[in-house]
Amino acid sequence: MVYLDHAATTPMRPEAVEAYVTVAAATGNASSLHGPGRQARRVVEESRECIAAALGARPSEVIFTSGGTESDNLAVKGIYWPRREADARRRRVVASAVEHHAVLDAVRWLGSFAGAAVTWLPVDPAGRVPPEALAEELSAHGDEIALVTAMWANNEVGTVQPITELAALAAGQRVPFHTDAVQAIGQVPVDFGASGVAALTVTGHKLGGPMGVGALLLGRDIECMPLLHGGGQERDVRSGTLDVAGIAAFATAVGIAVKDQQEYAARVGALRDELVARVRAAVPDAVVNGHPTERLPGNAHISFPGCEGDALLLLLDAQGIACSTGSACSAGIAQPSHVLVAMGADEGRARSSLRFSLGHTSTSDDVEALAAALPPAVERARRAGAVRAGFAP
Amino acid sequence: MSGGVDSAVAAARAVDAGHDVTGVHLALARNPQTYRSGARGCCTIEDAHDARRAADVIGIPFYVWDMADEFHAGVVADFVAEYAAGRTPNPCLRCNEKIKFSAVLDRAVALGFDAVVTGHHARLGADGRLRRSVDLGKDQSYVLAVLTRGQLARAAFPLGDTTKAGVRAEAARRGLTVADKPDSHDICFIADGDTRGFLADRLGAVPGEIVDAATGEVLGQHAGAFAYTVGQRKGLGLTRPAPDGRPRYVLSITPVTNTVTVGPAEALEVSTVECGRPVWGSAPPGGPVECEVQLRAHGDPLPAVVEASADALVATLRRPARGVAAGQALVAYRPDPAGDVVLGSATISAARP
Repeated sequence: MVYLDHAATTPMRPEAVEAYVTVAAATGNASSLHGPGRQARRVVEESRECIAAALGARPSEVIFTSGGTESDNLAVKGIYWPRREADARRRRVVASAVEHHAVLDAVRWLGSFAGAAVTWLPVDPAGRVPPEALAEELSAHGDEIALVTAMWANNEVGTVQPITELAALAAGQRVPFHTDAVQAIGQVPVDFGASGVAALTVTGHKLGGPMGVGALLLGRDIECMPLLHGGGQERDVRSGTLDVAGIAAFATAVGIAVKDQQEYAARVGALRDELVARVRAAVPDAVVNGHPTERLPGNAHISFPGCEGDALLLLLDAQGIACSTGSACSAGIAQPSHVLVAMGADEGRARSSLRFSLGHTSTSDDVEALAAALPPAVERARRAGAVRAGFAP
Repeated sequence: MSGGVDSAVAAARAVDAGHDVTGVHLALARNPQTYRSGARGCCTIEDAHDARRAADVIGIPFYVWDMADEFHAGVVADFVAEYAAGRTPNPCLRCNEKIKFSAVLDRAVALGFDAVVTGHHARLGADGRLRRSVDLGKDQSYVLAVLTRGQLARAAFPLGDTTKAGVRAEAARRGLTVADKPDSHDICFIADGDTRGFLADRLGAVPGEIVDAATGEVLGQHAGAFAYTVGQRKGLGLTRPAPDGRPRYVLSITPVTNTVTVGPAEALEVSTVECGRPVWGSAPPGGPVECEVQLRAHGDPLPAVVEASADALVATLRRPARGVAAGQALVAYRPDPAGDVVLGSATISAARP
């Protein structure tokens, strides 16, 4: 099994599995007052401190959630409401055009059901939001803007955004700035405090923790309306019994991923460069998408002209190689990626792309296996593409 | 894999036979919100889910292939155009011809697969000849007879030797949760089952006259000849009964004048059926062939003599048939105790007494 889909989910680190199993074996609700409850609470708070330390946040700024989607929804919707409540003119949400659907659809929902006006920030052909675009938007609509959201690094093409610069522009107009950093943690340096963002989304399973647990880092002075009402366990912003074992494993994984980040980026970045070189050698007309330097170390997003991405995926899957078409699915049907479309790619290029994402368990054997399997797969996928293009009823 | 019981068992049998099998579900709706959410259609999200679960149980890879553009061009547009031309198409047949054993098969072959396996109830032996299923009530050879020898050479129908009840029992034994899923009957792209409404939406109102075949008298108006099929009795909307009080039937549809002609049941009787676009299971016959013909899906086989020419086929029926509609297929069978053999198929262009 050659696993080249770490951006979808990456194997849990053994230390995280161990932390999970150890804590899961114990009884205790972190909200209970008795001994077992206090023990669970201690695990949660130590985990919170660990994550805060790793990401440059204060412990009180860490709000545990069920993962990236919840954190994104909480930030986007939760910050919008009080901002509009405080000043009815502030109905505008500014978002990059390449956001993950967890942000994209939350923003669209605000537009459809909560009276929001939406500005989509364009990206350049490499997938970067030009800071001038945000500066212009802020000068045009500054006092109407409820929040700005732009991801730290793109999940499809791997482009890293100039987050500190964008956040500073928003801060200059006292507009809260949220960033979805799900793909960035452990891949590139991320410091919540130094970045100047108001809110930051992180999830466990992209960095070696378990699925179903994540956090929103939320500045202490940022008002946020809860989406889940109940016991108010997390700063009264998020309710629900805390997943103590998941949180312990998540914190363990964050700690390791951040500690190892530099070494990881060097090793996996070199492996990724090798992968790209091997793919280019095997398929000379392949097109590498995204930014040439400002990109995630593990991401290689490549278009194969004349091929359909889903045909290539099927053929590589049959050879035991797992990768992704890198685009959203609707009932299993690949849709042309909104990210590539925003970058100016035509639909053909958008449909002919695959995302290979390396991670902490990747080795040069994985690259080797891909390089061997790719040429015949591309040849067959091209034939299939020609068949489709030639269909005449 | 449609999400139904037949294709699930067919896939399982293909695996048992030693093949390297990949499950494919076809997404056929251009706008997932319109066709695919329909509870009665055969390509809903729920069906895709059922197909995926069946593939999991069988232990094969599973993918959804988006064939919406091909399906629209090859089946839906053809369906509408045929009705507009006064004919009565069979979209399931067209889907087999243009999609399952053309667009899907060609793509599969390009990707390195050898054949398309489906859950159709028909037999396809080592001799390459298509035969009726052992389950005559579920037999689908009629909608497969349009396939050429080349298409059949890359097709497999593993269920032809088993009754539908047997397939369901086998599905249950195999732990497939679709074992007791109801059969689909409707046209999959008309989710609400309202064919007339579907056509009216696409063709608009084209009012014309309903005329008596014998007298030429105008008996009423219609909103579009496409809403009528030869042999139809209900829904004519005629207020005056026939002088003899007997029911009237649609005898013919004339697109040029947009006229629907009606008359008594016996005027529906035809003995000569002319067809175009013949497809033969082996070499075209050199002379007249005694055989049985089937003139509509689930229609009774009728004894007939079939004569072939290069691009046509004429069947002379041994006893008259009623309600033979242009656009439907004529399929010729040679009766055989081991399953009636498909000799050939053609599209009905005209029928006369």
